[in-house]
Amino acid sequence: MLSSEGFEVVRREDLSEVTYLLEVRHPELARAARPGQFVIVMSHAEGERIPLTIADLDRSAGTITLVVQAVGKTTREMQRDLRAGGSLYALVGPMGHPSHVGEAKKVVIVGGGLGIAPTYPIARAFKESGAYVIGVIGSRNKDLVFWEDRFRAVCDEFTICSDDGSVGIKGLVTLGIQQALERHSDVDELVAIGPPVMMRACAELTRPRGIKTVVSLNPIMVDGTGMCGGCRVKVGTTTKFACVDGPEFDGHQVDFDDLLMRLRRFQPEEKEALERWQTQGAAVT
Amino acid sequence: MAKKRTIRTIPQLRTAMTEQEPAERVRTFGEVACGYSLEEALRETERCLFCPDEPCVRGCPVGIDIPGFIQRLGERDVKGAYDVLTDTTLLPAICGRVCPQESQCEGVCTVGQTLAPVAIGRLERFVGDAAIREGWASVPFIEPAGHKVGIVGSGPAGVACAADMAKAGCAVTVFEAFQQPGGVLRYGIPDFRLPNEVLDAEIAKLARLGVTFRCNTLVGRLFTIEQMVEEMGFDAVFIAVGAGTPDFPDIPGASLNGVISANELLTRCNLMQARDFPAHDTPVGIGKRIAVVGAGNTAMDAMRVSRRLGADVMCVYRRSRTEAPARAEELHHAEQEGIDFHWLTDPIEVLDDGHHGVRGLRCRTMELGEPDASGRRRPLPVAGSEHELECDTVVFAIGTNANPILGQTSRIKLDARGYIEVDDDLATSLDGVFAGGDIVTGAATVILAMGAGRKAARSMKRYLGLVDSDVVYQETAAEDTLFGIAADRLGYARVKVPA
Ligand SMILES: Cc1cc2nc3c(=O)[nH]c(=O)nc-3n(C[C@H](O)[C@H](O)[C@H](O)COP(=O)(O)OP(=O)(O)OC[C@H]3O[C@@H](n4cnc5c(N)ncnc54)[C@H](O)[C@@H]3O)c2cc1C
Ligand SMILES: Cc1cc2nc3c(=O)[nH]c(=O)nc-3n(C[C@H](O)[C@H](O)[C@H](O)COP(=O)(O)OP(=O)(O)OC[C@H]3O[C@@H](n4cnc5c(N)ncnc54)[C@H](O)[C@@H]3O)c2cc1C
Ligand code: SF4
Ligand code: SF4
Ligand code: FES
Repeated sequence: MLSSEGFEVVRREDLSEVTYLLEVRHPELARAARPGQFVIVMSHAEGERIPLTIADLDRSAGTITLVVQAVGKTTREMQRDLRAGGSLYALVGPMGHPSHVGEAKKVVIVGGGLGIAPTYPIARAFKESGAYVIGVIGSRNKDLVFWEDRFRAVCDEFTICSDDGSVGIKGLVTLGIQQALERHSDVDELVAIGPPVMMRACAELTRPRGIKTVVSLNPIMVDGTGMCGGCRVKVGTTTKFACVDGPEFDGHQVDFDDLLMRLRRFQPEEKEALERWQTQGAAVT
Repeated sequence: MAKKRTIRTIPQLRTAMTEQEPAERVRTFGEVACGYSLEEALRETERCLFCPDEPCVRGCPVGIDIPGFIQRLGERDVKGAYDVLTDTTLLPAICGRVCPQESQCEGVCTVGQTLAPVAIGRLERFVGDAAIREGWASVPFIEPAGHKVGIVGSGPAGVACAADMAKAGCAVTVFEAFQQPGGVLRYGIPDFRLPNEVLDAEIAKLARLGVTFRCNTLVGRLFTIEQMVEEMGFDAVFIAVGAGTPDFPDIPGASLNGVISANELLTRCNLMQARDFPAHDTPVGIGKRIAVVGAGNTAMDAMRVSRRLGADVMCVYRRSRTEAPARAEELHHAEQEGIDFHWLTDPIEVLDDGHHGVRGLRCRTMELGEPDASGRRRPLPVAGSEHELECDTVVFAIGTNANPILGQTSRIKLDARGYIEVDDDLATSLDGVFAGGDIVTGAATVILAMGAGRKAARSMKRYLGLVDSDVVYQETAAEDTLFGIAADRLGYARVKVPA
């Protein structure tokens, strides 16, 4: 009663076997959102609130784009059920501080795995601000790469790194970053979004060089409005709530070990939910 | 009344309320206190002395005409009693359940000086429940005033202001960040104290007054307070976003998995229905042996929810039982439900199980010294009293701070602690923008928040130049009604206010 209205999915695109794109109508949100911000969605009334980064938006069409990786129950169920014409039960945002696209003249933008999606609007914003943009994206293999063309279009230099060498250079994003830093001694800033382990490696690369490094953290969230404290992360000597103080933080200050441990908080329940869902009707469409 | 009642002639014992047995209720989320029957309610009304000086009315933060409603109820005029209540309160079924009556109306009741005080809260709840059951909603005649009012937050402050502004003829929209309205009444206070149906019924009344609810709307980020006034055409705005940001203590181990805020536990369980996991997708994430730190209402709720999820529960509080801020009834119920209380116990470290989980809580024993600024005796550590409590989950319920989002996104003036600054009329530093409830006072009570919502409505009406009374339902002759419009079919209408 008096609750959610439903938010229409206007387009769905499968970017790989595990990655899909949802374009959702919400004109007010499309107008308000800035690069770096995220939303929280519930796919149905009994669902979980899950945070997803705003990967793109179209103000004239009044839509925002989400890119989702199917990892557990909720994201797989959404992959199975959501089509153009369907709807999300709840969609709220934009949340978090927008990326600070500031004075940097030369930036390295790093997206790993699913991180490719949320870094794209940041790369574009830096490009629009007149910066020299070096894009480095990393993927396990060729099939998981998406948005290469879009990314390339907003970068002055662009490198793909893959674990198996099936596309671009063979190696982790850190290899691509190292090569870029060798070519350019005057990089002002590096922005890295991806798995925490990758972000930590990026921060360790730039730390000795003293290059400002921004990472976007993805702790488990409930409300996204600063009310539960579930998303707390350690940054320097302080505790921050990623949803209202972040999600972007100084990568050199973040305690990644703490983040990695906290992401495992619900492992048994996540496993239970997924297994139950898979046996009880994941196949039923 | 035939004969004047005296303290000697009234029923000496407070009418007991049927409750679910503790052993039974810790297995369900069904309501603990079952409510009075009509006979029980009538009997309890006989205990009111109708004191001419009405101390109880002054004890109620919003000044409900307590003897007035009790009198009508005693005459079996339940609808009349409801109308008296709704002169002042919008949420009788809720406040009757959750007000800390012992420190408000009942705390100063004359009968209470000699016997147990009149059960004002229970009578109020009885009337509120009857209204829900019977579908009474004193929908008044509303003359459109042509003003648009925006309310941010759908807790008790927000809904109270929304109702008054809607009755004054404004087009009211309530914005709420969550997917359902109600604020703490929804996500904080559990079903066994305040069933969702009661909340739904009270909120449905607002919809009947024409109030629009827009959930999933994070004000500040989706649009700012300034935009509401400057671009979206709101003539006045009321901010009632609560004080939801939980405090964590600065002790080692506070970031371990298994350390959570009471807010998180309660939100997962109440709003997201995690108690039905995996039928609902959200997990609770608590273990089998839980230490809840704190002894306020939030702490009691966290303990009793955990108990119902099958855990053994301890309460750890650095002062003694006397200083516990929870409602007396909640403390009593928690004790009945087998919570293991550790009074005068101060946590100093959460102990790591070696896998970033919790294996216990290191504490020290306290003793009470001289009274501090809050008037309560200050707890002081006892030397050499360190000890460990074994647990796998620690829930902190030690207080909240102001939510930062509006401060981050608006020029609105905040006080040193981050709460919104207001004047005596609840006006903020922004023209046409008012604020009230927990976001102004810090964590308080439902009735105070509701009172603030109504006070803000009065200020907004003045600001908008609306002439309208606060008291909405009163039996009047037709010529006395507002704008000369006839009383509605029930014979109740708005009171005309001299311009
Ligand atoms: C600010 C923010 C932005 C995000 N943006 C995106 C995005 O654009 N696209 C996207 O696909 N995902 C994004 N995520 C992660 C996404 O919210 C989770 O993948 C999702 O909640 C998993 O739900 P599930 O039920 O499918 O999986 P679960 O069964 O809950 O989890 C499966 C696995 O995912 C991990 N996981 C669970 N929650 C999170 C989380 N919050 N962050 C990272 N890993 C998690 C678990 O550790 C587990 O290994 C974001 C997270 C945050 C906090
Ligand atoms: C667990 C618990 C138990 C309690 N028990 C009792 C009790 O027994 N008796 C009693 O009298 N009091 C009790 N209280 C206190 C009481 O509930 C609060 O004082 C009261 O709810 C405050 O009302 P409010 O309207 O100011 O804010 P809230 O009830 O906090 O509501 C604020 C609402 O605003 C929304 N919001 C926040 N930010 C935004 C934004 N930017 N945009 C849109 N919406 C936003 C929130 O989601 C929330 O729904 C309890 C509190 C808690 C937490
Ligand atoms: S609102 Fe609360 S304080 Fe006032 S009369 Fe009712 S129970 Fe008592
Ligand atoms: S103080 Fe007690 S006895 Fe007197 S009018 Fe109020 S409720 Fe009745
Ligand atoms: S998600 Fe609840 S405080 Fe950040």
